[in-house]
Amino acid sequence: MGKPPFEKVVAAHGAVVLRVCRAVLGAHDAEDAWSETFLSALKAYPELPDDANLQAWLVTIAHRKAIDVLRIRQRQAVPLDELPARESPLGNPGDGHPEVLDAVGQLPPKQRQAVAYHYLAGLPYKEISTLLGVTPEAARRAGADGVKALRAVLTETGSPASKGALP
Amino acid sequence: MTTQLPAELGASLDPAGPGTLERLHARLAAAAAEQHLLDVAYRTVDSPIGPLLLAATERGLVRVAFALEDHDAVLQALADRLGPRVLENPSRLDAAARQLDEYFAGSRHSFDVPLDFSLSRGFRLSVLEHLPQIPYGSTESYAQVALAAGSPKAVRAVGSACATNPLPVVVPCHRVVRSDGSFGGYLGGPDAKRTLLALEAA
Repeated sequence: MGKPPFEKVVAAHGAVVLRVCRAVLGAHDAEDAWSETFLSALKAYPELPDDANLQAWLVTIAHRKAIDVLRIRQRQAVPLDELPARESPLGNPGDGHPEVLDAVGQLPPKQRQAVAYHYLAGLPYKEISTLLGVTPEAARRAGADGVKALRAVLTETGSPASKGALP
Repeated sequence: MTTQLPAELGASLDPAGPGTLERLHARLAAAAAEQHLLDVAYRTVDSPIGPLLLAATERGLVRVAFALEDHDAVLQALADRLGPRVLENPSRLDAAARQLDEYFAGSRHSFDVPLDFSLSRGFRLSVLEHLPQIPYGSTESYAQVALAAGSPKAVRAVGSACATNPLPVVVPCHRVVRSDGSFGGYLGGPDAKRTLLALEAA
């Protein structure tokens, strides 16, 4: 038996990839990044080794697609380290807590990526360090600092997402 | 040291709104079809003989499968044989689905969609190519089909060709019955064969 039908790959990993795209890019650009990620993955799927880790492979593609989007933003003269919070997705019921997405959007890009890839997609810091071009220790620090900053922001705003869960 | 994102935080990043992933999936399937990236597109339709899986390549309808065959197993077999770039994409199968609806409503007596016979070869293919010539509402025996397919003695081989027909209903192997008039076996189960023959006799 060879690879599962690609439909199974989308069903198993579509939600995680969308969550990662939303965390890295914000709600506005996430859907385009998701679409481009899965279209690229579909093209390359027949050549992928049968024993490849599908989720890590998809997150790697999503990372590259997200970098393309971030580069375009950078060219639009927005300093990468001072990205403004993106607008909340307006009036979209079932959208979770927009302030959490905004809080993630306020993190520096490396922290945002480290949080998304490690905490949402379960990638080990060693692989994240390769993706981000930093040492594993720096990747780990970015993830930890990111989560710490998120907790701080959420406690401050009294977000419903923070209630009860924080030490 | 934190090893998990606070659960509420993770949940807050969950895909927006109900139907978001479905919408993205549809967009992906449409773009993939447009760029000729799909080995197989499929959908399921409801029918009086249970849900049917319809699968197509760019050449045409390549597989019709009964629920009894296990649709997941059929899709895996298609991925193995034809390529793993398999996505649910109902639009490629609109015509086939519509014609099946008409057939089950009794208003259509033959199918007019491109067929891809790439799952069959040799004598089995000759048998399948003969079957659409059996008129709606009538039957032939396995022996008659063997004769028509050019090998009068290959009665058992006709039986296995029918039993492995990748395009049941559309390629009417249900119109092949035993010489004594009994139904013979059927991929979709004896009840499905009886239902189809009764429909065509009405």
